[in-house]
Amino acid sequence: MSDLTPPAAPLQEARYAGRFLFWAGIGLLVLWVLVPIWFLFINALSAPSEVTSFPKRFWPSFDMASLQFFWNFQGVTNALWNSVKVAVLTMILSIGMGAPAGYALSRFDFPGKEFFRVLVIMTRAFPLPLLALPLAVMFIRTGLDDTILGLALVHAMLALPFAVLITYSLFSGIPVELEEAAWTLGCTRLQAFIKVVLPLALPGIMASAVFAFVISWNEVFAAAVLTIENRTLTAFLLQSLNVSPLPLKFAGGAALVMPALIFIFAVRKYLFAMWGIANR
Amino acid sequence: MAEIVIKGVAKSFGAFTALHSVDLTIADQEFMVLLGASGCGKTTLLRIIAGLETPSQGEVWIGGRRVDHLPPRARGIAMVFQNYAVFPHLTVFENIAFGLRMAKLPQADVTRRVMRTAELMHIEQLLKRYSGELSGGQRQRVAVARALAMEPDVILMDEPLSNLDALLRLEMRAELKGVLAESKTTTIYVTHDQVEAMSLADRISVMNGGYIVQADRPTEVYRNPAARFVGSFIGNPPMNFLPARKGNNGRWHVAGQDFDGPKAQAAEFAIRPEDLHPAPIGLRAEVRVVEPLGPHTLVTAQVAGQPFRAILESDNQIKPGEEITLAPIPDRIRWFDPETHKAIT
Ligand SMILES: Nc1ncnc2c1ncn2[C@@H]1O[C@H](COP(=O)(O)OP(=O)(O)OP(=O)(O)O)[C@@H](O)[C@H]1O
Ligand SMILES: [Mg+2]
Repeated sequence: MSDLTPPAAPLQEARYAGRFLFWAGIGLLVLWVLVPIWFLFINALSAPSEVTSFPKRFWPSFDMASLQFFWNFQGVTNALWNSVKVAVLTMILSIGMGAPAGYALSRFDFPGKEFFRVLVIMTRAFPLPLLALPLAVMFIRTGLDDTILGLALVHAMLALPFAVLITYSLFSGIPVELEEAAWTLGCTRLQAFIKVVLPLALPGIMASAVFAFVISWNEVFAAAVLTIENRTLTAFLLQSLNVSPLPLKFAGGAALVMPALIFIFAVRKYLFAMWGIANR
Repeated sequence: MAEIVIKGVAKSFGAFTALHSVDLTIADQEFMVLLGASGCGKTTLLRIIAGLETPSQGEVWIGGRRVDHLPPRARGIAMVFQNYAVFPHLTVFENIAFGLRMAKLPQADVTRRVMRTAELMHIEQLLKRYSGELSGGQRQRVAVARALAMEPDVILMDEPLSNLDALLRLEMRAELKGVLAESKTTTIYVTHDQVEAMSLADRISVMNGGYIVQADRPTEVYRNPAARFVGSFIGNPPMNFLPARKGNNGRWHVAGQDFDGPKAQAAEFAIRPEDLHPAPIGLRAEVRVVEPLGPHTLVTAQVAGQPFRAILESDNQIKPGEEITLAPIPDRIRWFDPETHKAIT
C-alpha cells in the first residue's frame, strides 16, 4: 500500500459507494411497490385473452371486458356496497373515538399519558388471528356476527391507533393560545373547540377519516371470519378466489387498490405528520 | 370600576414554586407593569389573573368580585398574547368581532365597534385579510384591537411588543399608551424591558424569583430601590455597589472615604452611575474603559477592587489607565442591608 495516498480518497470512494447504495435501495423499494400495481392495472385494463399472454405490453389496451365481467359477476355489487357501508361506519367510529383521545393527549397532562400512547400503538401489535375466535364467539352471543356494525367495530379497533396518533399531532400543531384567546373572548371550552380548533383541524381530521376508510376497505381477515352473508369485497374475492377466472381476480384487485391508492395519496401529508416528520 | 386585588396568590408546578404568596393591589384605570427577568413568574401571575391558570393558594378579586373560581370568560378581562393568537381561519374583521359575536351583540353594534377599534389601531384597510397576510406589527395591532373591542374592565398584556423590531416597538409603545389611557381600562402589562416599563407604567411591580420585590411609581423604583435586586436590575448600566465598614465616629468607610450613613450594624453602599462626577475628593477609581456615547461618556473603572461605572459629561478628557476621583451626590447615596438585601432608610 502506498503511504502517499491522501486520506481523502478512500473517504470519497466510501461516500460514492454510500450514495450508490442509497439510490439503489430507493430504486428497489419503488419497484417493490410499483411493479405489482403496474401488473394489476395492465391485466385489469386489458382484454381477458391478453391476461395470460407474455411478454406484457407497457400500456394496457384499455379493454373494459374484464372490468365489465367483474361488475356483472354474481354478488360483486352487493359486496362492494357492504365494503362501503363498513368503511364509512369505521370512519365515523374511529374518528368519533380517536379525535377526543387525540385532543386529550395533546392538551392535558394526566398520569400514565406516555404509557397510554404506547398502549395505543401496542393494540396494533396484538395479532388479529388470536382474537378472531373469541371475538367470533362473542359476536354470535351478542348477535353482532355477520352484521355491518360488528365488522365496523373490529375495523374501528384497527384504525383507532392511527386516528388517535394523527389527531394528536394535529391538535398539538394548533397553538393552545388560540384556544385560550377564545376563552378570554367569551367561549366555553366546547365553544372554543368548535369555533377555533375544529375549523383549523378539519382538513387533517378528514384525512385521518379517509385513512380509517382505507384500513377498513383493505381489511380481509376479520371480514372473512366474521361475515358470511354480508361479505365485504375483500372477503368476497378471497372466498371466490379459487372458483373465479383470472380476469375477475385482476379486476377485483384493481377495484380494491384504486380507491385506497387515491385516498392515501390525497392524505399523505397527514400520514407524515403522524410520525412527526415535517413534509415541506 | 375594576380594581384588582391579589391576596396571597401562590403557584407551584410540582415541586417547583413559580410564585410565592404574592400580594398586590392595582387601582381602577391604573397601568401596572410587571417587570422582571425571564422565568421570574410574570406570565404565571398574569395567567392566574386571567383564569388560564389556577392558583395553588390565594384569592383574586376584580372589581370587588372574587373571581379565582370563575372561568376566563366570566372575569371581564381581555388578553393580548405574546404571539398575538390571531385566529388564522378568520379575517381581521371576524377576529375583532369574535368576542362581540360571542356576547351576542346585534350585527349593527358589532360592525360599529369593529370599525371604531380598527380605526383606533389604524388597521381599517386590513379588515378583509387573514392573519397569514399580515406583518408581525399588523398582527399585534389586530390582537390589541380584538381586546379593546370587548371594552373590558381589565386588559392583560403579555410582552405584546417583544416580537417587533426596535423602531416599531417604539412607535407602538407610544400608541398603546395613548389608546389605553383613552379607553380607561385597568391594564396589567408584562415585560422584561425596563425602558418599556418606565415609559408606560403608572406603577411598576418588580418581580424576582416568584416574589414581588417592589411595586411603586417608576421614578420611585428607579431612585429608591426597595432592595438591592431592584437597583441592580433597573438602570442601564445598573447601580454600583461597594462594601462599607462602620467607623468609630459613626460614619461609614467606603473605599477609603467617609460617608454619613444609617444607624444599622452593617450596610452596603450604592450609587447610580449618573450620580457621580469628577471632583478633587471622592472615590478613587482606576479607569479601565472609556466609551463616549454622545451626550455623555460611560466610564468603567475599578474602585476598591470592585467594578464601578460612572456616566460623566462627554467633554472630559479621561483616558484608560488613569486614576480619577469620583464624588457621589450625597442625597443620591443608598444603603442596603448586606444580609437581607433590603434598603436601609
Ligand atoms: N406549566 C408549567 N410547568 C412547569 N413549570 C412551569 C410551567 N409554567 C411555568 N413554569 C415555570 O415557572 C417559572 C415562571 O414562569 P413564567 O412563564 O411565569 O416566567 P416569566 O417571568 O413569564 O418569564 P419570561 O420572561 O421568560 O416569559 C419558570 O421557571 C417556568 O419554568
Ligand atoms: Mg412570560
